[in-house]
Amino acid sequence: MSTIVSLPDQATAQIPKRNYITNENGLMSWLLTGDHKRIAMLYLISITFFFFIGGALAGLIRLELLTPQSDLMASDTYNKIFTMHGVVMIFLFLVPSVPATLGNFLIPIMIGAKDLAFPKINLLSWYLYLAGGAMTLMAMITGGVDTGWTFTTPMSTHFSNTNVITTGLAIFVAGFSSIFTGLNFIVTIHKMRAPGMTWFKLPLFCWAHYAASILMVLGTPVLAITLVLVVLERTIGIGVFDPTKGGDPILFQHLFWFYSHPAVYIMILPGMGVISEVISTFSRKRVFGYTAVAFSSVAIAVFGFFVWAHHMFIMGVSNYAVLVFSLLTMLVAVPSAIKIFNWAFTLYKGSITFETPMLYAFGFMGLFTIGGLTGVFLGASGTDIHLTETYFIVAHFHFVMVGGMLMAFLSGVHFWWPKMTGRMYPEKISQLAAVVTFIGFNFTFFPQFLLGMLGMPRRYAAYPPEFQVLNVFSTAGASILGVGYLLPIIYLIWSLKYGEIAGNNPWQATGLEWQIQSPPLTENFTQIPIVTQDVYDYEWLEHQKAHEVTHVG
Amino acid sequence: MGLSPVIWQFLVKWMVNFAIIPPEASKIAPQVDALLVFMTLVSLVGLVLVGLLITGFSILYRRDKHPVATQIEGSTLLEATWTIIPLGLFLVMFVWGSVLYFRIYTPPPNAMNIYVVGKQWMWKAEHPGGQHEINSLHVPNDRPIQLTLISQDVFHSFSIPAFRVKREAIPGRYTTVWFEATTPGTYHLFCTQYCGTQHSGMIGEVDVLTPEDYQKWLAGSTSGVSLAQNGERLFASLSCNACHNGQPDARGPSLADVYGSKLMLTTGSPVLVDEAYLRQAILNPSAHITQGYAPIMPTYQGQISEEGVISLVEYIKNLSSNYRVQQTLNTTALLPEQPDKPSGKQPAGAAGAQGVPKP
Repeated sequence: MSTIVSLPDQATAQIPKRNYITNENGLMSWLLTGDHKRIAMLYLISITFFFFIGGALAGLIRLELLTPQSDLMASDTYNKIFTMHGVVMIFLFLVPSVPATLGNFLIPIMIGAKDLAFPKINLLSWYLYLAGGAMTLMAMITGGVDTGWTFTTPMSTHFSNTNVITTGLAIFVAGFSSIFTGLNFIVTIHKMRAPGMTWFKLPLFCWAHYAASILMVLGTPVLAITLVLVVLERTIGIGVFDPTKGGDPILFQHLFWFYSHPAVYIMILPGMGVISEVISTFSRKRVFGYTAVAFSSVAIAVFGFFVWAHHMFIMGVSNYAVLVFSLLTMLVAVPSAIKIFNWAFTLYKGSITFETPMLYAFGFMGLFTIGGLTGVFLGASGTDIHLTETYFIVAHFHFVMVGGMLMAFLSGVHFWWPKMTGRMYPEKISQLAAVVTFIGFNFTFFPQFLLGMLGMPRRYAAYPPEFQVLNVFSTAGASILGVGYLLPIIYLIWSLKYGEIAGNNPWQATGLEWQIQSPPLTENFTQIPIVTQDVYDYEWLEHQKAHEVTHVG
Repeated sequence: MGLSPVIWQFLVKWMVNFAIIPPEASKIAPQVDALLVFMTLVSLVGLVLVGLLITGFSILYRRDKHPVATQIEGSTLLEATWTIIPLGLFLVMFVWGSVLYFRIYTPPPNAMNIYVVGKQWMWKAEHPGGQHEINSLHVPNDRPIQLTLISQDVFHSFSIPAFRVKREAIPGRYTTVWFEATTPGTYHLFCTQYCGTQHSGMIGEVDVLTPEDYQKWLAGSTSGVSLAQNGERLFASLSCNACHNGQPDARGPSLADVYGSKLMLTTGSPVLVDEAYLRQAILNPSAHITQGYAPIMPTYQGQISEEGVISLVEYIKNLSSNYRVQQTLNTTALLPEQPDKPSGKQPAGAAGAQGVPKP
């Protein structure tokens, strides 16, 4: 009896004949699908495509910065490249990364629903994303744009003669895809939970996505309005931001950062959701202080809306406004600290294994801690004056966005890969990729903190020669990092055909998504589950397993 | 080793000059650095703590050693601990940082003022004595210097890492920053706000001189016309004196001693006359009408360069009587356009003296 119990179920498992991938065939069955899982896969392919475009641009930036002179490319080209790197990575990769792929795939299953509330809007959001992506690519190919991803006026409205309008409209369109995704998640989580799935039985992944969705729905329209104003100012000169017409360029900063600071949390919160799931699963233990972690997500979302002006400390806003925003910025750092410690204590008395998702999650915790703490350097207004607009900022947000979010994304992709495809990724090489990524990342971005302390300004195509050594370190690290990112794309594609068959629950995780077949049926559940167990209820899972075995026996 | 000699050379040079902070060349720099050191230490402790927790638990509770997890709900006490301690530390940093911020952006009243105009892609400094510089700034040490910044096109940012100060130069409004340099020497001056094609070329040098050297420099670089004198000339050539002449029937208010006073506007609210107000009143006069006067002043937006406005502002700041205004009133019309004095090395000086925007 006991021998049967300890058998991992993938030893005997087979890919189910009927699942969401085999259910219908042909290209049109994918392009016109309403199935949240298929849409998630469409998103996964498209964001990976844009990630590698953004990554190639990053490689060019690092190559140029190998030497102090602007010798690989003209400074205009450099400006266009870092602008496009920012636009592609933020709007076409980071914002949709976890929500549109993993969130789309998993939220309905996690809450015991058959699909999202609005399947057609979900598909529309993917098309909008593609349209935005295509417009961005068009802007890039037909001459690029050189305003930086921040579109600072009056640079973007009066002084740049590049494709500002196309890029602005591209982000406008892509923004709607983000609004629709957020809207879908909010409605789905409110209205479509299975019987017994109360709010406090929701996996933390859902809480994090719920918080991020609120930010998407409330914040993105402001960005859309702002971009429309930029376009109108550029085309017909309405003068909202033009001081010679009585406008105010600072107003643009307020509007832009009112979205773009919460956008940071749109990007990081879903990643935090992934980390909660992964840490719990590989410690076989419920998340320490579930309620605190859940509410810290909501707290981040709420406070996140009231800190935008910390991007403007040196722009001549009132000193007293700076006081308020600096204080609020300190407050928003607290929920993140709570999360880090709660995750660390989830490990306490756990039964820990170190599969790839867990390694990425550890990487996340280390890098996000550094990213978060250096954020405090910038939130304190007096030190912000010295550090802002230097490489310190660049390093800080890459630690949060790349060290944090990208690690979380890769963690999640590996973690749910068996569920999404029915096959395991190869364990050893992927552990190697996780370690290479971590090392490469630190090599790339840690020297940039030092550069920033020394005062090297960001967005410089050429720099004083004394900064070269640290830049060489950074570029060398970037090449290691590049390898770390190329490995997964190769072995994950390989595993689609040659990976081991995963079975329903290869990690022995507790979420509802692990109690159904891999890959799931189009309708997810043959009958809607009635949730009696608690969230992260490993005792229930043990009992369930024993029950199944006796049943079979 | 396969390292090329060039890289070796760099590495050696880098390690010899290794630094993680730039030189401390202003009075505020050591104070900023103290907070930076404090925050770095706190961050290191935090990072080590998180690292120890993760590695410690990973070793103690790995599956081989601890096959069955013990389920724990959480602990309010522990969670309160790691809420309150970080919050306390962050609040200390907030207060400390804010004190520094107020110090950096509140110039002392006795500070010497230098105007800086940013444009794509150069910094133009206008000293009150009529010295003009491009991409360089000469200042004496041990004396508070206030910079009044403005941009004539896009956002720029005036950054001197060695002084730990930085301020954006914004189109359409004055911003200020001040510092007191301590050590004579040459320091980096960067534009740190991305401003277009040659952003990385918008760099220069700040030369901190001893007071004696500074006096020598002042004497050797003057264009011969101080900002106020240039402003007086503009005041006449733009016919400002036709209305602002202090005569009883004048159509515009008298400007003598107006700087620093409180004016009553037609809206009924008083306004403090400072540089920003004077600038606004010249470029957008209909926005603020002084009580008792008709809104008849035309706008000078687009007709006068930022340097011209600075000269006018500097002139009005120093205007304490209307005597010379009235004297010039009757003669300016007859004067031919005054040719530029050869200002020696700075061509921008010429443009500034004329006050007409360059194409």
